[in-house]
Amino acid sequence: MTTASPQRAALRAVRRPGDRIFSGTALGAGVVILLLLAAVAIFLITESLPAFTADPDEIGMLRGATFLEYVAPLVFGTLWAALLALIIAAPLAVGIALFISHFAPRRLAAVIGYVVDLLAALPSVVYGLWGATTFAPILQPFYVWLNENLGWIPLFEGPVSATGRTIATAALVLAVMILPIMTAICREVFLQAPRLHEEAALALGATRWEMIRMAVLPFARGGMVSAAMLALGRALGETMAVTMVLSASGVITFDLISSTNPTTIPANIALSFPEAYGEGVNVLIATGLILFIVTFAVNAIARYIVNRRAAFSGAN
Amino acid sequence: MNIKRVGTLAALGLTSTLLLASCAANETPDAGSGGDSSLSGTISATGASSQETAQAAWVAAFQTANTGVTVDYVSTGSGPGRENFLAGASDFIGSDRAFNDEEIAAGGFTSCASDEIVELPLYVSPIAIIFNLEGVDSINLDAATVANIFNGTITTWNDPAIADQNEGVELPDTAITPVHRSDDSGTTENFTEYLNAVAPEAWTAEADGVWPLEGGESAEGTSGLVGAVEAGQGTIGYADASRAGDLGTVAVKVGEEYVPYSTEAVAAFLDSAERVEGRGEGDLALELDRTTTAAGVYPIALVSYLIGCVDYEDANTAELVSSYFSYIASAEGQDEGNAEAGSAPISDDLRAEVEAAIALIG
Repeated sequence: MTTASPQRAALRAVRRPGDRIFSGTALGAGVVILLLLAAVAIFLITESLPAFTADPDEIGMLRGATFLEYVAPLVFGTLWAALLALIIAAPLAVGIALFISHFAPRRLAAVIGYVVDLLAALPSVVYGLWGATTFAPILQPFYVWLNENLGWIPLFEGPVSATGRTIATAALVLAVMILPIMTAICREVFLQAPRLHEEAALALGATRWEMIRMAVLPFARGGMVSAAMLALGRALGETMAVTMVLSASGVITFDLISSTNPTTIPANIALSFPEAYGEGVNVLIATGLILFIVTFAVNAIARYIVNRRAAFSGAN
Repeated sequence: MNIKRVGTLAALGLTSTLLLASCAANETPDAGSGGDSSLSGTISATGASSQETAQAAWVAAFQTANTGVTVDYVSTGSGPGRENFLAGASDFIGSDRAFNDEEIAAGGFTSCASDEIVELPLYVSPIAIIFNLEGVDSINLDAATVANIFNGTITTWNDPAIADQNEGVELPDTAITPVHRSDDSGTTENFTEYLNAVAPEAWTAEADGVWPLEGGESAEGTSGLVGAVEAGQGTIGYADASRAGDLGTVAVKVGEEYVPYSTEAVAAFLDSAERVEGRGEGDLALELDRTTTAAGVYPIALVSYLIGCVDYEDANTAELVSSYFSYIASAEGQDEGNAEAGSAPISDDLRAEVEAAIALIG
């Protein structure tokens, strides 16, 4: 034992090939994601430049408007559709996640969790087809009812779309699409809530709802915000479903049920790119850059909220 | 343990190298299996997406008959197609419009050995005005009424402007929902050109691939538009006639008559068109007369051109392009287009002119 000890001290410094390979690949992966992001940013910026520097009158796609006038309704439409989808999906996702983690019998919970995950595996073009051909006509009579009974609210002012392919339908389809990711994250976070806190709450005579309100939700607040922001990111970038469902016009309106709807940046790129040429392509890429910045800003705000709230969460 | 691992890795590497090498060895060039024709080689083309379906059918039939030939048609849109032709990247192109006078005067077609080009109107896609109204299969409308429906002036189906032209047809008071394309499309461009030419007072916007009015119901692509028209009640839209299906169609007023869509009426429309003046012998660019009052002519159609050179640097390319064009212009090729893409076959008179133009390629 004693004779072996100096040798052992020398051995401590030896790094096995496995360690080296692991740390190397981990570092590589980290660098690759940064490089990718940088490459995307560089591509977007260099390809966008002609759109900003060229004379707007020369670019056929802008139709006499300046770039800002062109992109403003698109930014509005992107944020508006994503926000509506989030407002619809967030309570639903939290409810489903709570049901799975705290209310459902274990076997049922597993089945529901599986089914929700399955929703995430459907390609967005299928959602688009379903939304445009099946869901929109089903919703249309409901929009007529909304317009007749709540028409005094600007949101339901009309005139009502005859096909149901409105921003409300698009937002509902988006909500279904972002539901799985929100539910999955919320479920995991709720399951992480300290068991001791929960049992303590129950022991103090709290009902199950009170226990969830006092022990689970405060603990999960940061995670819920993160889930919402991830879902919002998906909603902001969704292309096919919106393209197929929405009757797009490129205007700014808060009306939810008319056939004149704002369109989103990704949907507009998908619609305009096939016939775009010359500087029109640069204009479209420039709108992509704006989307990049908007998504970045949304994520930054989310981080800020999560970090600020973390201090007040029940976790500590 | 470590040695074993390295060994496994090495073995893996060796196996994959061997596998890859054997793959490469398999790729023997498919040389000169010319079938029953002597043609061989590859020609590449880009251009109009409107021609995509028809081109796919033509390419398949042409390559079956000439197994040594490969024709690549990549649908890039007409604008990029014309740029490719100028830049010399495509042997021939499909374009929803012919080169205009300025472009012809400027010349500089890098694909060609000279500035002489052939422009052949070989893909003619009739545009039907389709509507979904229960119990009504066909209505008569003049251009001004169509324009007023699409610009939102006429809002119900029993409007006197519609009813006056359709005595005996029972029109409900359903609201009209006009549906337009949300993407940039040649169909929209031809439809708005028709409205602007025939009813300039009701339709003031100039012809444009992007729908010129703000707002209103819109849908992506032909399928999307037809789907939207089918989904609603009282909807009206415009689409390739082959896609009209069970929807009602509009007979448009030409002269004193109402002409329903038919392939013959569209072929007659092409025959009524004059050739653009001051062009080369092989340039069949047409001056489409939307305002024609000739009998039996249906004036709403997308006319898409095949554009190639009179002189190619490479004799083989010239031969391939000219035989491919000849096939498309033939009755067989035009019927194939009609069967697969719903295009209207050209008349025999126009075919004679086209064949004369193709004969120039060399």
